[in-house]
Amino acid sequence: MAFFEAKDIVKQYAGHKALNKVSISVPKGSIFGLLGPNGAGKTTLIRIINQITGPDSGVVLFNGNPLVPNDITRIGYLPEERGLYKKMKVGEQAVYLAQLKGMNQKEATKKLKVWFDKFDILQWWDKKVEELSKGMQQKIQFIVTILHEPELLIFDEPFSGFDPINANLLKKEILELRDKGATIIFSTHNMGSVEEICDHIALINKSEKILDGPVDQIKKKYRTNTYELTYTGEFDKLEQVLNPDFEIVEQQKGLEHNTLTIKLNNGSTSNELLAQLLPYLNIVSFSEIIPSMNDIFIRVVNENKKI
Amino acid sequence: MNKIFIIIKREYLSRVKKRSFLILTFLTPVLIAGIYAFMIWMMLKDDTESRTIAVINESQLVEPVQSKDFTTFKYINDTSFEDAKAQMEEKDYYAILLIPENILESKTAELFSYKQVTMEVKSEAGSQLRDHIEQLKRSKIIAQAKMPDLEEKLAATRTPISMKTIKFGEGGEVKQSSTEIAMAIGFISSFIIYMFIFLYGVQVMRGVIEEKSNRIVEVIISSVKPFQLMMGKIVGVAMVGLTQFIMWVILSGIIISIGTAVVLPGVDMDSLQQAKTLSELPQGAASLNADQLKMAQDLLGTFDFGYVAGILGAFIFFFLGGYLLYSALFAAVGSAVDNETETQQFMLPITIPLILAMYIGFAVAKNPEGSLAFWGSIIPLTSPIVMLVRIPYGVPVWELLLSMVTLIGTFLFVTWIAAKIYRTGILMYGKKVSYKEIWKWLRYHN
Repeated sequence: MAFFEAKDIVKQYAGHKALNKVSISVPKGSIFGLLGPNGAGKTTLIRIINQITGPDSGVVLFNGNPLVPNDITRIGYLPEERGLYKKMKVGEQAVYLAQLKGMNQKEATKKLKVWFDKFDILQWWDKKVEELSKGMQQKIQFIVTILHEPELLIFDEPFSGFDPINANLLKKEILELRDKGATIIFSTHNMGSVEEICDHIALINKSEKILDGPVDQIKKKYRTNTYELTYTGEFDKLEQVLNPDFEIVEQQKGLEHNTLTIKLNNGSTSNELLAQLLPYLNIVSFSEIIPSMNDIFIRVVNENKKI
Repeated sequence: MNKIFIIIKREYLSRVKKRSFLILTFLTPVLIAGIYAFMIWMMLKDDTESRTIAVINESQLVEPVQSKDFTTFKYINDTSFEDAKAQMEEKDYYAILLIPENILESKTAELFSYKQVTMEVKSEAGSQLRDHIEQLKRSKIIAQAKMPDLEEKLAATRTPISMKTIKFGEGGEVKQSSTEIAMAIGFISSFIIYMFIFLYGVQVMRGVIEEKSNRIVEVIISSVKPFQLMMGKIVGVAMVGLTQFIMWVILSGIIISIGTAVVLPGVDMDSLQQAKTLSELPQGAASLNADQLKMAQDLLGTFDFGYVAGILGAFIFFFLGGYLLYSALFAAVGSAVDNETETQQFMLPITIPLILAMYIGFAVAKNPEGSLAFWGSIIPLTSPIVMLVRIPYGVPVWELLLSMVTLIGTFLFVTWIAAKIYRTGILMYGKKVSYKEIWKWLRYHN
């Protein structure tokens, strides 16, 4: 069941269309990746969800109902452009931001202390933000985003600027939140960074959605039946022994191993390929080349261009 | 909305707790008191410095100038001018007064000194000489006229006139008024408004730029409406300004009253006494003091509750109205730029009407009824300042109401426009913004 839905969203700025009839549907409890290059319209869509700006046309449904101003207390948003008041004390500032989300001071303070302790930054409570390292500031921003236990979490380019250790910590916390029932939207242009944790994705390019669906289905749909094989030994006349259904895409000679990329056409199977090769080659490894989100994206964009 | 109060509270506290705010708040009254003390000290100092002036009298007049207060006139008629000049340092003469033989015809005397002669000495010597000669001539005429009691009769013709300015009130009743005081009140209050708009309008702008460059603004406007953030900031800063202003008034008052009570207890009484006696004289060196005393008397005469309450009410209204109008513009400018150096091109349309208003204010003080005064006090960009100059002179009720309604209307309109610019501007990074661009933003809906 769709927890969050946007239907036919159109947003026009003077001179250009930021979103052209974009629809997305985010299932409850899923991690949804909103992917696309810079300037595709991701941030505009996210700002519409957060009611920072409104759509020119189209509807936004939150848990089946049209979005209302009060829904912002049920949404947590970590924007791409994120920062903190530099001159303000850490704890004071976190409480302030929590209050703006509708929490009362006491409750916010109590919960913040728990989270600060968990992230090992409690000793910085009374320090000014400018004294903190960037990593610590990001931890605070993350805590403030999730503190009011929102049902929908939106992260815009969450890993940009995070060091690997903090990025992992963030990933772990996000998965934990999902397991507790939160629905999460990720927006990024760095498709490799989120494909491993997203259940669903939508690809946006030039203000239009060009692809969406569950990640495993998309990958299945865009698999090319291409395999990579490494072997030792010399054999130059492969074309002559191989069935014409096996198309050699690339053959490379290496120092230790040679590599062969083969595409399986007309429903031929990998077993048949291996059976044909075994007499001639000493096989070291054999695996299917699974297209990355990036490859899929480039393919889809190119296909769209042709149309 | 509860959230706007949270914002106001943060904007207020974060500024009030700043060290620079505390320093400025507590140091300024000390400075004001210091200047005040310095002025008193200067006044008293002038009065107590003894000076000896050598007088070479070549005329027929008999001791036409007399020593008075701290100025001593010493006649050295037998000494030549050259000798007197040579002796100046040794005998500690402040100056040499040379009264020429033909003073009755030439009407000129000369005062020589190494330093610039003070006003007091100059006017003292001049007025004594004049009085003496006048008296001499008059006595001669009286003697020739051979009329008994002529001297007394002539004296009786001297009639000093004091001009009291009386103004008709709305209901036809008469009010005593003082042009000088009206002018002073008008200027001081309009200048306070001018300063306040500038100082705190810029603070609003800086606050907006800070939020933008800190990249915190998007975090906040995902929780509150941009309009709430903008108004919260404007109101918060206004309260900071009011706090500072009230603190200044209270602290300066305390320091000055403590200062006058503790440091200058006896002296103050003396100078007051002196001012009183001087004011009774038709002429005198301390004419300034006499004027001040007269002003104080006028002030007491003018001090009727309705008048003061009216001025105070108008002050608060135009103070807030002007500030709100301009700070909304300042907020819009802050939102359109990435850093303070870029603000210049947008600041000009804001600062020009403000400065213009101050100039119109000067002109209006001379002629508070002219068409410049009328339009200046109706057009909302200048009215908070110009109207305040006019109000102490009395302004027709309909003009006042028109000005107030226009100001409120413009404030609402400008805030609406500013909010539109603000909403788009705060999310716009790294783009050099032009007026054309801002015009586009105004046409975005939502």
